[in-house]
Amino acid sequence: MSVLVDDDTRVVVQGITGGEGKFHAQQMMEYGTNVVAGAVPGKGGQEVEGVPVYDTVHEAVEEENADTSVIFVPPAFAGDAVFESLDADLDLAVAITEGIPTQDMARVNKRLSETDTRLIGPNCPGLITPGEAKLGILPGNIFAEGNVGLVSRSGTLTYQVVDSLTNRGIGQTTAIGIGGDPIIGTDFVDALELFEDDPDTDAIVMCGEIGGEDEEEAAAFIDDYVDTPVAGFIAGRTAPPGKRMGHAGAIVSGSGTGTAESKISALNDAGVPVGDTPEEVADHIEEFLA
Amino acid sequence: MKLHEYQAKQVFADAGIPTPASELASDVDGAVAAAEEIGYPVAIKAQVQVGGRGKAGGIKLVEDADEAREAADEILGMDLKGYHVDRVLVEEAVDFVNELYVGITMDRGEGKPVAMVSTKGGVNIEEVAEEDPDAIAREHIDPSFGMHAYQARKAVYDAGVDQSVARDVSNVLMTLYELWDARDGSDAEINPLMVTSDDEVIAADAVMNIDEDALFRQPELAEMEEEAAGGDELEQKADEYDFDYVRLDGNVGIIGNGAGLVMTTLDLVDHYGGEPANFLDVGGGAKAERIANALDMVFSDDNVDSVVFNIFGGITRGDEVARGINEALEQFDEIPKPVVVRLAGTNWEEGMEILNEDLVTVEQTLEDAVQRAVEYAGEVNE
Repeated sequence: MSVLVDDDTRVVVQGITGGEGKFHAQQMMEYGTNVVAGAVPGKGGQEVEGVPVYDTVHEAVEEENADTSVIFVPPAFAGDAVFESLDADLDLAVAITEGIPTQDMARVNKRLSETDTRLIGPNCPGLITPGEAKLGILPGNIFAEGNVGLVSRSGTLTYQVVDSLTNRGIGQTTAIGIGGDPIIGTDFVDALELFEDDPDTDAIVMCGEIGGEDEEEAAAFIDDYVDTPVAGFIAGRTAPPGKRMGHAGAIVSGSGTGTAESKISALNDAGVPVGDTPEEVADHIEEFLA
Repeated sequence: MKLHEYQAKQVFADAGIPTPASELASDVDGAVAAAEEIGYPVAIKAQVQVGGRGKAGGIKLVEDADEAREAADEILGMDLKGYHVDRVLVEEAVDFVNELYVGITMDRGEGKPVAMVSTKGGVNIEEVAEEDPDAIAREHIDPSFGMHAYQARKAVYDAGVDQSVARDVSNVLMTLYELWDARDGSDAEINPLMVTSDDEVIAADAVMNIDEDALFRQPELAEMEEEAAGGDELEQKADEYDFDYVRLDGNVGIIGNGAGLVMTTLDLVDHYGGEPANFLDVGGGAKAERIANALDMVFSDDNVDSVVFNIFGGITRGDEVARGINEALEQFDEIPKPVVVRLAGTNWEEGMEILNEDLVTVEQTLEDAVQRAVEYAGEVNE
């Protein structure tokens, strides 16, 4: 079982004719993802890796019944690409693109609240249901089928933690990289709710980082609503205030909010153990499942 | 990207926000001449991008040419919290009766811009936000409509701004939002917005931070960025190489891919008793040359005693990383600092075959790699 994505998911890749779009469309198909179309303005009628390309997402929906998009469109046009997938009424849009201007995302965010489409990202590695489908750029080979749900703001940190789990024989229901930008679609609370409601997810890993207050909100939500055991990790304990650590959202403000300390203590208060190392996170999950 | 005060003031003035008369100077004679022209008293203000300039001696109020000369001489060339001062803004001193705060920023929790007004201007607004949050009136703005005039008025009235200047302050706030919106601001602030005894409002300071991801559509501001560049030599080098880099106080150099993983590597260095010297994210899909540049960066930092490389490939390939490490290290007769490498993920096995193990220490896990680098750094210091 899984959340959000399975082998029935019908994917349109926006930007499939670009270098990354093409490479990862192929990787996704090799993994077993049902990529049914590409969408690139001006490239309608072409084929990429045997997949028909349309000028618009709307056409991909009409012709191929696409219900999900994965977006590999350059930052300057990516906001528009997300609007297009919202307008085409897709179930899910996954924006991999890094570097979308924040004001564009604020407008996307507003429109998102008026539609039924779910957005993952931007600036994220995507999501994967091991053995069924992956949407995005995650390396499929490190994941294994199993009963742990994972949600993370960071791509490579996801890989690190998954590696620790898989090496111990612990597989995943679905792993979701939600992205490290200040404004994203699906957040921790949304993902936790999906995992809580999934009967096959028996434990959850939540990987957060400094900046913003999403982890604190997630802790409050876990306290109120989540019965599935959750183990956490927070990156950036050594980050000095006022400096941005790579991710647009990863900055501790001068006034002390968004620190690793406040996130860890909020999670601890909600009964979530937070590992000092990725291996310790796997230790906690092992204990939950024992 | 952060504009200098003089640049932000220019942007604000061009949009019609009242600012004091001012002139930029890069030597003492120029500063005195500017002061004579503007007329005393004037403030002489260091143009470096650090907070608390006044307390650190970077802003001085002067009454005549002798004082101006003395102050300019003192401030130009000084080291202000690690930043060399090579320019000062000479500015008309405004005689004020009140100091307000107005600002626009992105509320990431709400995913919307927020306008803020407070009558507690002239001090650290973050402290006000912490200790007396009600002293700041806030108004969220729908980004698809922009700020309505009534919202600006509401924020101004909610903050308790005096009726005599409410209209002018609302206008400044509207203009500030329009600028923020048009110029892809992340923060735009005036603190203080001074109120004179004649009920005029004047922007005595100006903060404008621009979303770096949007610089491609802000060519004028991108030019200003080049002018604004300065500060830490290594951070400048990182800009040239286009790395996300932050210099820290320790001696273990850290290179990795992906912000979250690099932060985690820093935290593990700390966990195992070491001190990180830097955050350096090579980003996704780095090729060999970029990896070599990253090593060059970390070797250039005199504080670094050992280096740990942590790559978990997804889009990044282990063979490319290994080639870059070889390239960078093979040019040395003697490797300047011990390098520990941990490769995982995409093509790590190919990478391990390519990697010249005479030049580096290889570890299989993140934990082992970090511990080894911490050990090496400790040995140097013994």
